[in-house]
Amino acid sequence: MLHTVNKSPFEKNSLETCLRLSGKDSSVLLIEDGVYGALKGTKFEATVKESLNTVKMYVLGPDLMARGLDKNSLINNIEIIDYQDFVKLAVENERIQNWL
Amino acid sequence: MEEEAQSGVIKKFLYINRRAPHGTIYAHEALEVVLIGAAFEQDVSMAFLDDGVFQLKKDQNTDQISTKNFTKTFSALEMYDVEKLYVEKESLDERGISADDLAVDVKIISSDEMKQLITDSEVILNF
Amino acid sequence: MPIEVNGKSLEVDEEGYLSNLNDWEKDVAEIMAKEDGIDLGEDHWEIINFLREYYEEYQIAPAVRVLTKAVGKKLGKEKGNSKYLYELFPYGPGKQACKFAGLPKPTGCV
Repeated sequence: MLHTVNKSPFEKNSLETCLRLSGKDSSVLLIEDGVYGALKGTKFEATVKESLNTVKMYVLGPDLMARGLDKNSLINNIEIIDYQDFVKLAVENERIQNWL
Repeated sequence: MEEEAQSGVIKKFLYINRRAPHGTIYAHEALEVVLIGAAFEQDVSMAFLDDGVFQLKKDQNTDQISTKNFTKTFSALEMYDVEKLYVEKESLDERGISADDLAVDVKIISSDEMKQLITDSEVILNF
Repeated sequence: MPIEVNGKSLEVDEEGYLSNLNDWEKDVAEIMAKEDGIDLGEDHWEIINFLREYYEEYQIAPAVRVLTKAVGKKLGKEKGNSKYLYELFPYGPGKQACKFAGLPKPTGCV
């Protein structure tokens, strides 16, 4: 299953809930203000790193760039993808769960 | 209110910015209000806390999300005589952001100092 | 009412400002100026180009007092004053020059 999160983890608990409830081998894609959840050095870093043992995480590159961030800002093993990859992920996964 | 404006009373305005820049319209709207308000020659301060500190991150590039990169406008504030920008240190720390990551000159202050700033302000606008 | 420039029809808002910044070309300024009864000379172009650079850098059309100050800094005191700028753009250097430059109406213009 593909999970998307579009809210900053500092403003809403969508990311935390998503990571708590997403099954093994799910994909989690961070978009819009959700990309802040992929930053290293935040108070959510430990939670995100822990989740990376069971889920694959992605961030949407254009949203990252808009916020002045790049791969150096991110926790390791989170993959940066573009719009085409987003579409591919959406097609590959049978269901999509949007944590609004 | 009108009388005060006419007699040129200057009030301490504080704009509090607590939202990330692009996911919602708050940050952009706040900046527009500040620029329009600048014409009234009041004593203006801007405070950035919580996700608001992300507004000041340097190197933002919105080309690929097809929105206007209004964060470039922060560099024009000085010309509008809006020179007092305060950033809460605790908000930066929580987000792994340092002073070097910011695009404009700001004063980084502690929560205690932020508390004082808010207490001393006469008109507070929240975004 | 869109304006016609070199065979293209460009959308403008109710006050005559270009709706899309990227539609701008030099002839847009020439045509708008003609409508306002102004013949654009070198001095006009200096300000129009200055405004376009300003917008590129800061993403806003400056209010007139900010424009005056910024022009003074860049092009010298004899140009950074309202008298000089109003002579070039009688309907207001902020409003009129921004319009010719293809920018939106200045922020903070009340």
